[in-house]
Amino acid sequence: MNNKFDLQWRAFQGTEWKDSVNVAKFIEENYTEYTGDDSFLVGPTEKTKAVLAKVDELTALELKKGVLDIEVNRVSGIDNFEPGYIDKDNEVIVGLQTDAPLKRIVNPYGGMRMVEQALSAYGYELNSDIKKHFNTYRRTHNDGVFSAYTSDIRKARHVGLLTGLPDAYGRGRIIGDYRRIALYGTDYLMEQKQADFKKLEEQELNEYNIRLREELTLQYNALKDIAKMAERYGFNITQPAANAKEAVQWLYFGYLAAIKENNGAAMSLGRTSTFLDIYIERDIKEGRLTEETAQELIDQFIIKLRIARHLRTPEYNELFAGDPTWVTESIGGMLNETKSLVTKNSFRYLHTLINLSSAPEPNMTILWSDKLPINFKNYCSKISILTDSIQYENDEEMRPIHGSDYAIACCVSAMTVGKQMQFFGARCNLAKALLYSINGGFDEVKGDKVVEGFEPMTDEYLDYDKVMESYNKMMDKVAKTYVDAMNIIHYMHDKYAYEAGQMALHDTDPEKLMAFGIAGFSVAVDSLSAIKYAKVKPIRNENGIAVDFEIEGDFPKYGNDDDRVDQIGVELAQSFYDKLASHPLYKGAKPTLSILTITSNVVYGKKTGSTPDGRKAGVAFAPGANPMHGRDTNGAIASLNSVAKIKYKSCCEDGISNTFSIVPSALGHTEEERIQNLTNLLDGYFTRGAQHLNVNVLNRETLIDAMENPDKYPTLTIRVSGYAVRFNRLSKEQQLEVINRTFHGTI
Amino acid sequence: MQGYIDSIETMGLVDGPGIRMVVFLKGCQLRCLYCHNPETWDYVHSKIMTSDEIADMVKNNMSYYKNGGVTFSGGEPLLQPKFLIECLKKIKQLGIHTALDTAGHGIGQYEEILDYTDLVILDIKGITNEGYKYVTGQNLDEFNKFIEVVKQKNKKLWIRQVVVPGINNTVEYMKDLKKYLKQFNNIEKVELLPYHLYGVEKYKKLGIPYRLDGVEPLNDEDMEPFYAILKD
Repeated sequence: MNNKFDLQWRAFQGTEWKDSVNVAKFIEENYTEYTGDDSFLVGPTEKTKAVLAKVDELTALELKKGVLDIEVNRVSGIDNFEPGYIDKDNEVIVGLQTDAPLKRIVNPYGGMRMVEQALSAYGYELNSDIKKHFNTYRRTHNDGVFSAYTSDIRKARHVGLLTGLPDAYGRGRIIGDYRRIALYGTDYLMEQKQADFKKLEEQELNEYNIRLREELTLQYNALKDIAKMAERYGFNITQPAANAKEAVQWLYFGYLAAIKENNGAAMSLGRTSTFLDIYIERDIKEGRLTEETAQELIDQFIIKLRIARHLRTPEYNELFAGDPTWVTESIGGMLNETKSLVTKNSFRYLHTLINLSSAPEPNMTILWSDKLPINFKNYCSKISILTDSIQYENDEEMRPIHGSDYAIACCVSAMTVGKQMQFFGARCNLAKALLYSINGGFDEVKGDKVVEGFEPMTDEYLDYDKVMESYNKMMDKVAKTYVDAMNIIHYMHDKYAYEAGQMALHDTDPEKLMAFGIAGFSVAVDSLSAIKYAKVKPIRNENGIAVDFEIEGDFPKYGNDDDRVDQIGVELAQSFYDKLASHPLYKGAKPTLSILTITSNVVYGKKTGSTPDGRKAGVAFAPGANPMHGRDTNGAIASLNSVAKIKYKSCCEDGISNTFSIVPSALGHTEEERIQNLTNLLDGYFTRGAQHLNVNVLNRETLIDAMENPDKYPTLTIRVSGYAVRFNRLSKEQQLEVINRTFHGTI
Repeated sequence: MQGYIDSIETMGLVDGPGIRMVVFLKGCQLRCLYCHNPETWDYVHSKIMTSDEIADMVKNNMSYYKNGGVTFSGGEPLLQPKFLIECLKKIKQLGIHTALDTAGHGIGQYEEILDYTDLVILDIKGITNEGYKYVTGQNLDEFNKFIEVVKQKNKKLWIRQVVVPGINNTVEYMKDLKKYLKQFNNIEKVELLPYHLYGVEKYKKLGIPYRLDGVEPLNDEDMEPFYAILKD
């Protein structure tokens, strides 16, 4: 048995996790489940208040300027920046991405074009040497991708059939197991990587294993860099953390390395609260920590997570509003059928929304099970009602697939921490693909021929069977193009922008998931229902392209718990998944699929012509898997039931996002009633096999007022598809889209 | 058997305890001045459903309703007694809590209806014959018949009183109401509902003249002194 770290590991139970890296086992053998209520929680300390005040001041300034500052003389990297502080004397947890708070990093590895656009948008210029060197000597991910893209991919991107592909910046959605640094220290992890590297020598050195050996070398060096970076702040993290403060600090250095090195859209944290609780409990027992200082550690850690930033272009911000970073933290969930993973620290994380006021980041995600302790469930409901900052995902659907130690990346993507990684791949506009199957592969907005091998339909009324036959063939073609794009992107990303620091905190050669996505789901489903159950007459332009549709008669609409239409949706998702899964994927990845749009549903709608469901050209899609606004007319449960029918297992294992808004007075008369009702609602929804729910409890009038008087609501936070955002950071169009959504309970 | 339904709210959270299915039945003999559901007065545009269909919907959504229940509202749910009784029986067989949201003005069979009802949400329209007639256009007799049975069976009650300027937003009325409510032994709560204008648009659409034009809406804070009187 490994006894090297008897000091740091004092009082910890078990041996298996000592002999090889196994954080899940460590947690299982050492955590203390907490089934009590929230009465033990305490407010912020003076130190926390001081740091928070400084951060609030800086973020207000940042909001005015767009970005506070950009470091133009250095590029991204784990150990490329001098240490930085917000308020050194009051910071209990330290470490910034650059040498100053909110100063953003230039990451040219993803692509120079995006960097230059972003810099010029904010009036900055990159150091001319760096610019020259990158343009002359160094190829980027973006260069690589575009030298391999097919003409089909280029066309599909251009018209918005495939959008949001991570081909010009970091792919993100990889979660390093940052806990490993706290539990083992970097030396131990480096030894393990060295041993894996050695073991590969015995194998056939084919292309896969050669690449793996190179990756292991990069990972080994990254661990060395993480330790060097920590040393600049005065910490030796080559050894395990010996107390709670060190555990938080070590873990944060791991995450900090990730956001110094990478700029992926979603840079998620993982599942850290219960892990850290073990250290906090030990310190409290040893008299080193009180509830006040324990909460202080968590508050200050959360402050750091809230100020993570990446440099984006204005176009990017249009797609994903409000500067999101998706520092998703997964909280709760069950260890097994009877015991939950809820600890006091699960409460402390959520309590930061009170101590530090509500905020979109970190993206607090509750892994829900009806078997969670009732006190915890009610506390989640309470915080949801107060802050609109939490999302919920179904542990009972995800745990059987990923085991008990998984976490959510981005919004709804589950992965076993340190044992699975993801190749993220944006989404395909299935509403547009449906129009292509009617219009012979011509784009209804731009008029270009995008997909070959189809003729425009000329029927006076659309025939369901004929449309379905054409749509199926169209989706075959689109799936091939989509898979090609993804294989190219991830091949090139590994080659030019490999996430060495994050991958060093995974098992060597972890399982890979390739995450595809669907946009325009409810529009496609309702369109098919209209064609099937009503009479739909295309209005064609002089080129024979359907630019509008006349609908005669009524048809069942998705969102009313009506199987006639809901089953069309279930089959559509399954069919598109099966088509994607029929292609071989890069590095033998397993395909997964999400129905998630984030805020891009607005842009997708803008780029898509009128659809057979009666939606007019340019009108926003519903977000994620939500029914279209105002079409769910049988109340919230009917609406939730329709979404819950979409299969998670073996179909949409990358997540099915649903955003639910209800007015407070409709949720119950008293706070107590509202809490009970929300808890029961979540139990009801998730026991039907649904995967995800964003909950907003607010009045439409509040949002309208906030739109007109943004200064009155500086911290008003709302959940949109898969993340939370400060309402005043949405564009006007996005604000209107949110306001127009179905608010349950409005008379 | 079949019933005439206006609409079904699958997630009602305020008409009885917990998460509830609220079935709005068509038809009402009262013409309350402040009625905000005039579309439910008659039987046109009804959705026809059987009691089995209602019970199946409840069964399908048991995961939500198991700690809540089903509420029959309207319109006046008492106007379709046979259908109502069938529905209530079937829902009770599922082990689900039942509630009636009623103004107590039906056409009999109250005994049997209340045998399968766990909670009565009783809307008070007036406490004197004169006041009642002014608001509803009808006499108190039928209402009195209903509440006799409610008292006899000692049914759990939630009392609702819409508070309207110029009609009953006075200290005197609240004092009288308090006295009036003493006849019931099983009141769980009293809710004062401030008059609102949400129904006005519906009248325009239906082409029915709105009789409270110009009456200002009230808000929750306006109810506080009245609650104080009732509690006192």
